[in-house]
Amino acid sequence: MAEHKETYYAAEDLAKFEQVGRSAPEAWKAFMKYYGPLMQDGHLSKREKALIALAVSHGEKCPYCIDSYTRAGLELGLSPDEMAEAVHVAAAMRAGITLAQGIVMNNTLDKLSF
Amino acid sequence: MSDNRPQPTRSEARQQEVLQALEQARPSFESRLQGAGLHPLKATGITILQLNVGRVCNQTCRHCHVSAGPGRPEDMPREVFEQALRVARDPRIGTVDITGGAPELNAHFRWFVAEARALGKHVIDRCNLTVTQEEGQEDLVAFLKEHKVEVVASLPAPDKARTDAQRGEAVFDRSILALRDFNAAGYGLDDPELPLHLVTNPVGAFLPAEQAGLRERWQEQLLREHGVRFNELYTITNMPIGRYLHWLEAKGQLEPYVDRLAGAFNPVAAERVMCRNTLSVDWRGYLYDCDFNQMLGMTVDHGAPPHIRDYDPDRHHGREIVTAMHCYGCTAGGGSSCGGALE
Repeated sequence: MAEHKETYYAAEDLAKFEQVGRSAPEAWKAFMKYYGPLMQDGHLSKREKALIALAVSHGEKCPYCIDSYTRAGLELGLSPDEMAEAVHVAAAMRAGITLAQGIVMNNTLDKLSF
Repeated sequence: MSDNRPQPTRSEARQQEVLQALEQARPSFESRLQGAGLHPLKATGITILQLNVGRVCNQTCRHCHVSAGPGRPEDMPREVFEQALRVARDPRIGTVDITGGAPELNAHFRWFVAEARALGKHVIDRCNLTVTQEEGQEDLVAFLKEHKVEVVASLPAPDKARTDAQRGEAVFDRSILALRDFNAAGYGLDDPELPLHLVTNPVGAFLPAEQAGLRERWQEQLLREHGVRFNELYTITNMPIGRYLHWLEAKGQLEPYVDRLAGAFNPVAAERVMCRNTLSVDWRGYLYDCDFNQMLGMTVDHGAPPHIRDYDPDRHHGREIVTAMHCYGCTAGGGSSCGGALE
């Protein structure tokens, strides 16, 4: 018999997302009222929103969200190339954000150096 | 009523068992029909006679519910085609829909198409595209054009990576050559007598994208990158049957996939399922409510004779449909049929 290994993240736990609303249900309902309609077609299409969500999921490193929005992307007709480009945008943004901190470094250097 | 019904093959029986086992832990399809006020599901009159002329194919696609391929021996003989022509004389049947395998590889295909057209029937050829590039099929496109056959062609994605992953190496490139041949003959342009429609099945274990909107993106991409045109784009859900069922089992995706199908049950799609206006014929002449029931060996029942030689308009046109767990495949999301989404 395989040894049960406890983990913080398990694929089957994704289905438990709604249980987060078992406490503070009014706040949960307010979140769902905001989140549900927002992800439908609007000024941006559902496809575009799913790509944004996928990129944010990677940036925020949420395995549940990555699983969920990869599936959603497939069912919205997104190609693996489109999804991968969105992930690269997230990666490039993180790299750029790291590099942008160099401005603070340079300002400090300028302040303290000849 | 099982006097002249065929015994399911070992493979058909095993597939039925796998699907029945899944039903133990899930709501039955019949219970969902009851909830939608559609049980028992009945045909509304046959307008389409669909012939699956055999399982011979030049491809071995991973999603194929027929498990078709080059080595398959099943091939409709002329006698069954003749019986089908007798049935097609029924004036309520306006369309003869020919599928396979690659139906064009059947030796009687061209003769049958000409006969069905001579009866004034609209004829659909479900074409895998690459068959037009096979030796001996050089004049296939010209033949289809001569007889004004509607071509419904398979292409899972407008790119090589996904198409070849589902349908085999070099299939995308050969499909583009075929589409160019069809376009050069006038198919897929503006002539309503020469329609060329594409069918996309998901490249894996997920539901198809919404049909609306997808066509325009494909048309733009295929024209820009390959200079080819088509008319409509139909989305079809993969059925957990045949080679695709084996793939789902091997990937450990069968239960999640069936849950996805069942969880997306759409009563509007259920009301419009294609079995209600279609009669499906297998290569031996046995009759089914659809091509999927055919691959599971589930012939028409509830008093409708199971063989085409016993075709009886009174009993076949309003027959009760045989349903099971796999039927969730046609009612998930926007629905699925040989003519694409149902909603």
